[in-house]
Amino acid sequence: MNPLFSKEKKLLQFIIKRVLIAIPTLLVLITISFVLVHSAPGSPFTDDRNISPAIMKNIEAKYHLDKPLYVQYVYYLKDVVTWDFGPSFKYKDFSINDLVNESFSVSLKIGFWAFLFAVLAGMACGIVAALNQNTKIDYAVMSFAMVGVAIPNFVLGPILVVVFAIYFKVLPAGGWNGGGLEYLILPVFAMSFRYIASIARIMRASMIEVLNSNFIRTAKAKGMGKTYIIFHHALRPSILPVVSYMGPAFVGIITGSVVIETIFGLPGIGQLFVNGALNRDYNMVLTLTIIVGGLMILFNTIVDILYVVIDPKIKY
Amino acid sequence: MQVKTIIKSTLLACLLFTSANAMQELVRGNGAEPATLDPTLGEGIPGSNIMRDLYETLMTEDKEGNVILGQASSYTISDDKKVYTFKIRENAKWSNGDPVTAHDFEYSFKRGVDPKVAARYSWYFKILGIKNGAAILEGKKPVSSLGVKALDDKTLEINLHSPIPYFLMGISHVTTAPVPKKIIERYGKNWTKPANIVTNGAYKLQEWVVNEKIVLTKNDMYYDKAKVQIDKVTFVPIPEQSTELNRYKAGDVDYTDELPKSKYQSLLKSIPNEVKVLGRVGTYYYYLNMKKKPFDDVRVRKALSYAVNRDIITKKVLGTGEKPAYTFVPNIVSGYTAPVPEYATWTQKERNAKALSLMKELGYSKENPLKFEILYNTSEQHKRVALAIASMWKTSLKGSVVVSLKNQEWKTYLEEKKSGNYQVARAGWIGDYNEASTMLDLLTVGHSSNSSFYENPQYDKLMNIARSTTDDIKRNKLYADVDSIVARDMPIIPIYQYSQARLVKSYVGGYPKVNPLGAIYTKHLYIKK
Repeated sequence: MNPLFSKEKKLLQFIIKRVLIAIPTLLVLITISFVLVHSAPGSPFTDDRNISPAIMKNIEAKYHLDKPLYVQYVYYLKDVVTWDFGPSFKYKDFSINDLVNESFSVSLKIGFWAFLFAVLAGMACGIVAALNQNTKIDYAVMSFAMVGVAIPNFVLGPILVVVFAIYFKVLPAGGWNGGGLEYLILPVFAMSFRYIASIARIMRASMIEVLNSNFIRTAKAKGMGKTYIIFHHALRPSILPVVSYMGPAFVGIITGSVVIETIFGLPGIGQLFVNGALNRDYNMVLTLTIIVGGLMILFNTIVDILYVVIDPKIKY
Repeated sequence: MQVKTIIKSTLLACLLFTSANAMQELVRGNGAEPATLDPTLGEGIPGSNIMRDLYETLMTEDKEGNVILGQASSYTISDDKKVYTFKIRENAKWSNGDPVTAHDFEYSFKRGVDPKVAARYSWYFKILGIKNGAAILEGKKPVSSLGVKALDDKTLEINLHSPIPYFLMGISHVTTAPVPKKIIERYGKNWTKPANIVTNGAYKLQEWVVNEKIVLTKNDMYYDKAKVQIDKVTFVPIPEQSTELNRYKAGDVDYTDELPKSKYQSLLKSIPNEVKVLGRVGTYYYYLNMKKKPFDDVRVRKALSYAVNRDIITKKVLGTGEKPAYTFVPNIVSGYTAPVPEYATWTQKERNAKALSLMKELGYSKENPLKFEILYNTSEQHKRVALAIASMWKTSLKGSVVVSLKNQEWKTYLEEKKSGNYQVARAGWIGDYNEASTMLDLLTVGHSSNSSFYENPQYDKLMNIARSTTDDIKRNKLYADVDSIVARDMPIIPIYQYSQARLVKSYVGGYPKVNPLGAIYTKHLYIKK
């Protein structure tokens, strides 16, 4: 058999296996979150106004909340299979699908740019620091990275707003307006900052390790140029730890940061998630849990595949 | 020379004309995303702020919150005060040009009490006292039996089961706004989407991005459009006060929903003209759980109430225009004069002494202290108040009480409070209408917010008499008597009367000096030229 063909077949088998494992994982996730949200005290309609029991009964009947929990669970599984999550308990004029679709596109857009920026800038910083190990440049880049990891975004966000929106008045303090460039800059930067820092640290460490390995020394001994060695020999193996960090980081970024969204008034998915939990908007919380969980599984699978592609030493 | 003057003045006139016609735009910070823009299903302040601009009720409010004619051009009240007949304005129109009719109101009232529609605010129709309203909500009578009837296209008759003195005020609440039957039947749940919605207020809906903004533009079909000056108003949901303040400073927002209390003093110094404070119908208080010992003893309740130094809370802990509260109903309520209970006339020193002697009488001391917990919903401000009160109790009661604090997230806190699983709990109540019963009703038996589990037949009896007393002065006197009972029995500890502080840019005119319910209509505001 063609060895190349068998390699592809193996990869396909690997992917199918991963997907099959994902289904029970998701089901467990759905069940646990279902039990958890329903066991939280209060209901979507808990209120401090004088709602009589009769009125409360009417409301609960309308949303099937009067049914036993297992019946509600079956209803919910049906929603998942048909991918129609019904009405939001809180935002009555919208279906969950409408709300999630709209806000997901916002989160995806900010997340994509933040991720791209974080990876490129983080890797560049890491490489520069590694190549200038223990010099002033290294210290400067790494202290910047330390600051980045240490500063929480609820501090960085308002600082950016105060400097660029209030003091210099060059960028808006918040809002989305369909995602125009000027509305993207501050949130993208605030969001990517700590990822830049983490990626730079990981990249630096692994680059230094690779640069000290035997095959690089051989390459140097052969008289190859520094740039050539870095891009042709050192980059690929040293990128591996960054790749494994990228999966969860990407999901983390696109599923939104409530903090960034609240600071900049962005209609993303993070706000929906937190408000959903606070309002006991059961279906909203469950739907987003499934989406985030699903994405997590998806990106971990992609990372595993990328690993194999990047490093031939790794077997399925 | 003359020609020159003519040209000059023409140019000047043109200039004036264009500037007079410049688009007036306003951006209002609005706290949170509204739950809905369907007035019948509406709930919460953010939604009401927007819907007051979109819809107009039979009666409405002027800029200071006085009840005036809205969609009704006139009304008559029967001698027994149980039948109200409204004439709808001839020129009242929906934003699509259709006339607003009495049938629209009949439809919306009936929709409000329909158990199948299950509106969150359906209890509101019950307190309006409309005939059969309560029975319909409980499924005992058909929706068609509601005492609201369109006699013809422009005449609406509303029958009450008993005289309700605050009825006209009550129907200026946006829950009672008309809704367009045809549109609701055509689009169902989607009727409030910008493409479908039809409104009868000063504004119509142009754009809605959940969690970002809601944009309204002037409704050209509105009968009083000549007086509406702002052409476009954008409501931005900003839950964080500090974020809202930043966006205000950056010029993104012209009008904030609130302002961070900790920044109040510095804002007063830096931009005094932009800080606006209004008194509100609302009281901040502590529930004392009378089902739990020893809070069933009036002496404990009194001791704890006396030992709260309300001046320190309002001036030092908060300091944004709040007033000390010694009674349940705030003084700002229209036509109401709050009683002055005896303990309000004492100095704090005298109150502390009395409190201490009550505790001693009950046998509490440093060696044998009363231990309990204050429950509050998680928020920086509630925490500060609770800390201050706990330390007041500790020092002025000389260690005879040991207090701990417990915070919970909103819905958990509500459940605990409702089920009586607490000892002392923080609470606040903002009135739904500008009348004393909006507060006093809370302590009647069976009210879901009577979390003290206070039961006093005399209180309930007086409330019933007051509610059906049509003479304003007599009724308010009765309410004052009821309020005195609160001070005597102390089922709750009144702490302060709410205020509403916000920032409004100096180029925004028309902001009122008084508005007890905090109902600010955009149509009353304008941009100064």
